[in-house]
Amino acid sequence: MKTNLKWLNEYLKPGLDLSEQAVLDLAQQIELTSVELESAGTAAAKQTGLVVVRVDSVKPHPDSDHMVITQVFDGQNQIQVVTGAPNVAEGQLVVLAKVGSQIVDRQTGELVTIKEANLRGEVSYGMLVALQEIGLADSVAPQDFEVGIHVFAENDNVQPGDDALAVLGLSDPVIDTDLTPNRADLLSMLGMAYEIAAMTDQTVNLPAPAVLSDQANSNAQVTVTGDAELATGYAVRVLNQVKEQRSPLWLQSRLWDAGFKPVNTIVDVANYWLLLTGQPLHVYDLDQVEGTHLEVRLAREGEVLPQEAGEEAIALRPGQDIVVAAGQQILSLAGIAVNPAVAVTAATKRVIVETGQFNPSLIRQSARRHNLRSESSFRLERGINLDQTLEVIDQVTAQMAILADAKIVPGLSKFGFDYRAPEDIQITQKRINQILGTDLSVATISALFKRLALPFTETNGAYSVTIPGRRTDLTIPADLIEEIGRLYGYDNLPTAMIDGQSTPGDLTPRQKKIRASREIMESLGFNQAISYALTTPEKATRFNLADDRAVVALDYPMSSDRTTIRQNLLAGLLDDVAYNVARSVKDIALYEQGRVFLSQGDDVQPEEREHLAGVLVGNLAESTWQAGEKDEAVDFYDIKGRVESYLAAIGIGTVRFETSQKHAAMHPGQTADIYLGDVYLGYVGQIHPQLLADAKLPAVFAFELDLENVIAHSQNPVAYQPVSKYPQISRDLALLVDENVSQQAVLDVIQANWGQFLQHVTFFDLYTGEGVPAGKKSLAYQLVYQDPMDTLVETVVTADFEQMTQALETKLGAEIR
Amino acid sequence: MTLIDDLNQIAQAAQADLDQEGVDLEQVRVAYLGKKGKITQVLKSMKDLSVDEKKAVGQVGNQVREAIQTSLDEKKEAQAAAALNAKLAAETIDVTLPGTKPKLGNRHVLQQIMDEIEGHFLGLGYQVIDDPVDSPEVETDEYNFERENLPKDHPARDMQDTFYITPEILLRTQTSPVQSRALEKHDFSKGPLKMIAPGKVYRRDTDDATHSHQFHQVEGLVVGKNITMADLKGTLLSIMQELFGEKHQIRLRPSYFPFTEPSVEVDVSWDEVTEDTKPEDIRWIEVLGAGMTHPNVLKMDGVDPEEYSAFAFGLGPDRFAMLKYGVEDIRQFYLNDVRFLDQFNKRGN
Repeated sequence: MKTNLKWLNEYLKPGLDLSEQAVLDLAQQIELTSVELESAGTAAAKQTGLVVVRVDSVKPHPDSDHMVITQVFDGQNQIQVVTGAPNVAEGQLVVLAKVGSQIVDRQTGELVTIKEANLRGEVSYGMLVALQEIGLADSVAPQDFEVGIHVFAENDNVQPGDDALAVLGLSDPVIDTDLTPNRADLLSMLGMAYEIAAMTDQTVNLPAPAVLSDQANSNAQVTVTGDAELATGYAVRVLNQVKEQRSPLWLQSRLWDAGFKPVNTIVDVANYWLLLTGQPLHVYDLDQVEGTHLEVRLAREGEVLPQEAGEEAIALRPGQDIVVAAGQQILSLAGIAVNPAVAVTAATKRVIVETGQFNPSLIRQSARRHNLRSESSFRLERGINLDQTLEVIDQVTAQMAILADAKIVPGLSKFGFDYRAPEDIQITQKRINQILGTDLSVATISALFKRLALPFTETNGAYSVTIPGRRTDLTIPADLIEEIGRLYGYDNLPTAMIDGQSTPGDLTPRQKKIRASREIMESLGFNQAISYALTTPEKATRFNLADDRAVVALDYPMSSDRTTIRQNLLAGLLDDVAYNVARSVKDIALYEQGRVFLSQGDDVQPEEREHLAGVLVGNLAESTWQAGEKDEAVDFYDIKGRVESYLAAIGIGTVRFETSQKHAAMHPGQTADIYLGDVYLGYVGQIHPQLLADAKLPAVFAFELDLENVIAHSQNPVAYQPVSKYPQISRDLALLVDENVSQQAVLDVIQANWGQFLQHVTFFDLYTGEGVPAGKKSLAYQLVYQDPMDTLVETVVTADFEQMTQALETKLGAEIR
Repeated sequence: MTLIDDLNQIAQAAQADLDQEGVDLEQVRVAYLGKKGKITQVLKSMKDLSVDEKKAVGQVGNQVREAIQTSLDEKKEAQAAAALNAKLAAETIDVTLPGTKPKLGNRHVLQQIMDEIEGHFLGLGYQVIDDPVDSPEVETDEYNFERENLPKDHPARDMQDTFYITPEILLRTQTSPVQSRALEKHDFSKGPLKMIAPGKVYRRDTDDATHSHQFHQVEGLVVGKNITMADLKGTLLSIMQELFGEKHQIRLRPSYFPFTEPSVEVDVSWDEVTEDTKPEDIRWIEVLGAGMTHPNVLKMDGVDPEEYSAFAFGLGPDRFAMLKYGVEDIRQFYLNDVRFLDQFNKRGN
């Protein structure tokens, strides 16, 4: 809402100081007490040297077809100005930007200085300007730029020598406030007057209303009917013999300062009263209306709102859009947009003035549905002052009659207006202080209610507050607490910390495991990534742990690459890898911990599970100048080792890695499923080379774990085991097995035949080639034996060891070397 | 020529041998001091001498033997030292070449901010609610909007464009629904509810430098008897000073949220504020929204607004990270460019 403070001052007593500094201070105060500000300033901005001049003569330019030489009078001197304006004529009052004046360039927005110019041999001492050249936007300038310079009308009451910016209202200070959805009252000059009066401790001085004497229930020319569900009140008046088409300058300038484009007197007055009171008003050309009976009803099947010639009519939603209709003819989408065929134009002689209290919820839906937001719909959907509607239609009609030199047809046609004022709100001083944490006295609170112009009674700190129609936002005691709080000043509130019972702040065991998972991943060299959860349907399922659950997709996505919620984290990490690789980052170690979403049916929330995933690409160490000394490119065992380290650190006991070919997006020969007993934890492996080749990516090693299963099965800390002081005995075990026997199979046999004193087993070599028969491989383990209670005897170890080697021979056909 | 002369000559010869470059010390030792060495040979030939003569020759023999042994030891030590020096010299490397650095993983900057917030509120006795059951990212319209005092067709729904899955199920636009879920479970006989809920939220926005369809929020809620707006102000001041530094100040401005009344917007000072700072010189940056929980919200969650009062706030880790580190494009947080992530590698701040 753009509020012209000079205009506003007409309603304030004693009135605001409008000096530049005072306006800036007021702006600051508004932000701290009321609503956010878009801007504060004048449309004139920093422009200077613009003056009203009279055109005394217009002579052709001897050397130009499209320019003329004018002599203009600025109240003191005759000045020669060359202009290309097509509409310049003798006797006009126009705006001159004098030599030395500064105006804002229409294209660049920069301040430029007007200089004496030689235009094809003729000297021009300044420039005649259009309003668009001195700070008015095209959207609000009453005349198209192409038409030419601004020309004052006779009744504009301006003289040569007048400060043009001042008479055009462009020097009036204007504050532009942002609106929160609740403060509908701040969408009118009167509402702003009450607000600023409360802030600055002034009184509101309303203009005396012009109440028309004929309040009869019907109008000689137009009748109305409608449903109170659609409009709690609806009224029309009629004007005949409309003559004057151009609004006076004061009215036009108030409109353009507020961002409205002056059109013609009838439309301008309607907009003016919308601005002044927040009451939406619409006008129709009665001679274009089919019949004289207006009906407020819901749209019917097949009805449309016609648009300007050449534009497609808007199809209305039957049973949902409210329309104002005359029989079959749709006059307007109620409160939102008027059928251009019945709009008031320069030729209009008879006018219907309409005001309605349309259903806010239906208005909001219609405005959204048709993408037709208007100043009216904006106010209607937020709630208007129902008390003033009938008063406003009288006043607006009276002013139209005066300014358009028209005749009011006696009689007001209406329906509705049958509602009760809201009940008074009860609140106590104690409650106010209890919520704000203050110690305000009854006197202070009463003074604040007075400044807000909220009528109240008070007994022993108990208040009964009457809510005027303009404050539709005040409905419960908490609303009044906010009024007191903001006006008292949030800066003045004390600063405290909650007293009373203290509560322990601690993470749950589950939360600790998740945080530990992140820490372990970082210790293992992975950077934490946070990727987008929304992706494509393909990526959402590409790296799933299992593919038995439907995806969850958006009903109305923004773009085709963000339609579906992920069921795995790896797809997002692979996007991250691609982003990095495309930017020549070669060594990548990323992990992510986050949610995946598994459908549980169409009408219920999906199951959400925490996952943990990681990728390794390129080399492991940061410094690579020694490359070549050893091969540092990551491989399957690097990622597997990190997964093993993670699982050990998070408290997962011995897991089983099973070769897996069920993951289509993974390398069939380098992928392992990870099990803890029967519990599936996830998988680790190389991403399928074909997938990588298609995306032009190097080898990517990856894992994805179901963190829920990890957390559920991670063990609590185990009891301390004393470190044995007796010596260890180690034995190396080398064995030949068939190539297709997995290391896990060997280890399983070792574990099954653990014996009494074996402490741990370390795999240390895999060998094929010279000395090993074809189809065989050599595996080597170090076995460490120890007795925690005594010194081990060699023979005991040998017995244990031999029992194991025999088992390996019989179970796996191994040859012990 | 006496035997003593012979011994003295031997001593000189031995010294001469030891002084030779690259001498083999063991060879010298055997040649002079060994069982068949030159000194032993001389001493063997003194059997014909008198007892006194034997004594004199023997004495000289011992002196010569000791002198040679001493020289041998010195030589041996010198040789070892030289060998070690040569070895060390051969092993000298360019210590200015870069070290082989094990890669340290860095925590995501948004996680760092959320961890800082979490740590602060844990210290104040809050619980953290972030699990899928109590803080789902896919929410119902009821919890995301209606229970937050945002009935269908409420104009404030325009403030949050929403990704719907069905008319009743959506991607949460705020972490506020966690409040209702927590209140339903809270047992007030065990004291007030003090909670934060960090997590992802989603808005139907076109991604650009300042908008992201996915971002993070940390919701805060305290419900108890006599919870005041002054408590809210104190709590917000403490978290902002935690995040931005203890010399920063906050200010509250009126605002509107359907789920709080009164509602405020909170600004934090861009620079430190001291006693000498003039109020007009403070640059204020909008950082969060907060307020006293709306009585309707409490009622819907089964809490009597006459008996209990509550405050709530919503922190934006993405915005904090942008302000704190000067990140100009919010999309950076979700692209996971390693060169970006690696910049946030300082720990213990």
